[in-house]
Amino acid sequence: MNYLKILLNGIIKENPTFVLLLGMCPTLGTTSSAINGMSMGLATMAVLIFSNLIISLIKSLVPDMVRIPCYIVVIASLVTLLQMIMQAYTPEVYASLGLFIPLIVVNCIILGRAEAFAAKRGPVESIFDGIGIGLGFTIALTLLGAIRELLGTGRIFGLELYSENYGMLLFVLAPGAFIALGYLIAVVKKVAKI
Amino acid sequence: MNNTSPSSPEGAVKNTIIDIMKKLPSTLTNMALVLTLISVVAASALAYVNEITKEPIRANEERTLSEGINSVLGGGNANVLHVDTIEDTTPAIIYSTDQGKAVQAIDANGFGGPITVLVGFADDGSIKGYTVLKHAETPGLGAKVGQWFQAGAKGNIIGMKPGEKPLSVTKDDGQVDAITASTITSRAFLRAVNAAYDAFAQSPTSDNVNDAAQQQEPASAPADSTNC
Amino acid sequence: MAYILIFFSAIFVNNIVLSQFLGICPFLGVSKKIDTALGMSAAVAFVLTIATIVTYLIQKLLEAYDLVYLQTIAFILVIAALVQMVEIVLKKVSPSLYQALGVFLPLITTNCCILGVAILVAQGTYNSQGLEPNLISGVVYAVSTAIGFGLALTLFAGIREQLEMMDIPAGVKGTPVALIVAGLLAMAFMGFSGVDNGLARVFGI
Repeated sequence: MNYLKILLNGIIKENPTFVLLLGMCPTLGTTSSAINGMSMGLATMAVLIFSNLIISLIKSLVPDMVRIPCYIVVIASLVTLLQMIMQAYTPEVYASLGLFIPLIVVNCIILGRAEAFAAKRGPVESIFDGIGIGLGFTIALTLLGAIRELLGTGRIFGLELYSENYGMLLFVLAPGAFIALGYLIAVVKKVAKI
Repeated sequence: MNNTSPSSPEGAVKNTIIDIMKKLPSTLTNMALVLTLISVVAASALAYVNEITKEPIRANEERTLSEGINSVLGGGNANVLHVDTIEDTTPAIIYSTDQGKAVQAIDANGFGGPITVLVGFADDGSIKGYTVLKHAETPGLGAKVGQWFQAGAKGNIIGMKPGEKPLSVTKDDGQVDAITASTITSRAFLRAVNAAYDAFAQSPTSDNVNDAAQQQEPASAPADSTNC
Repeated sequence: MAYILIFFSAIFVNNIVLSQFLGICPFLGVSKKIDTALGMSAAVAFVLTIATIVTYLIQKLLEAYDLVYLQTIAFILVIAALVQMVEIVLKKVSPSLYQALGVFLPLITTNCCILGVAILVAQGTYNSQGLEPNLISGVVYAVSTAIGFGLALTLFAGIREQLEMMDIPAGVKGTPVALIVAGLLAMAFMGFSGVDNGLARVFGI
């Protein structure tokens, strides 16, 4: 099977942020720094991989009419598990992402992949799709976070490249999130020709 | 299958094949059964993990608090002797330790919402250290509140005595340099620190009373009282 | 009086879309026409208010039985069921309203501002301006948030209608320019920051 193709599909051709334009709330809300963006991306990826796996395993057990509620229960449980585990073992990351962790439940990417991919394919393929889409999301969030952090504070991942006094604070604030993402999508579309 | 009423035999055959190959049919029993099953599995998994993570989560919270208390009281290993809550205009929590008192206070009117601070006081009422426990200030501006007022920084408040003159920013004829372009945050922060001092001053347990209340505190008690 | 502060601060100062980043999907998705934007805003306001009340009560129930870890799962199921129920009731009671709001209702379940506000109110971590977080201030906050959502969405739709007629560089056509415009709108809303503190002084709170 073409696992590599599924993987690349998620990162490039169906990149959730740049192409599908899904999951915009965490994309804008958690990318005030590169590390925050990356943590959010990885958290979402973890939920996505497991939700894809579980849903592809139980898909033939679930009657069609209640499939959405079933998927929601699965996803919400996974998110709560993640929430508890992060609270216990990575409390700093949990505190910096705040409300956006429980809100992974309503991230359209997760339910979207469950419907579009996991409900039709086998478990192994679904895991790869989860990894691919998750990586695509993580890369996009890290990139956006890095750009905002660099323009706003002169740092990337906390590493100072130039003095904070020359930073455009706007990019760390709310308006900068929209503007940076707008230009980033334009550039990515141009470069990747999608 | 029960829900679909195929008009042609072809449709019926097709439906049956799809049902057998793909899914359980959407009958009421099936639906109820599957939903219940999934919910029960999900709930038990959550309950199990909740049990496991409960202890680490509680330990984390405790550690954060004790680390905060230690850092505002000069970095030593402070043992919390007892905890008082003062319900004045805003609630304050006083942690009396063997190294001094740390007071948690809040000001509701920061720039982005309430600011919660933990301030350590020496026995003479001077500020030993502070940490901001919770805030929602603007990143890059008001969010500097955690560093700006520390020792060696521009707005250093360490060693000041709010008891002699309540802290305020230079703009309001005070003694503290406000965070650049974040006067509202700075004012709210200083109000919280002043509130913490008020609670400290009001606290019924000055060291002597403290010792009286905690009679099983032998060795450290006399040493403490000579410090006053 | 603090209710007025909650009201203004939730609409202008801490606008749910433009400064809290909740509800971005409908903000970008159904903002091409003012009519649809108004419909969506009304539907969100309706569901958000009811959902906040119901989830608040459920939170109390969960707390009573020490089951707070079921919060996320309970809330999202309740919201999904509520949206379905609203849809059915509306269809029966007021077909005209259903016609206006019906298409938006299914989209609302995955609108993160509903779940987000529900969690904020249930945990009492919203900006309650010094009031004790309770059901009343929570509902005031939810309604104000919904109005703020509607305001941002409608303004944005108005701008996008004008944008349709503009000659935009090919590179930023579509989503990029919409996001940049949203950024400018967010910048305009930043002008309100601090207004709540001023109001607090005016009202003497």
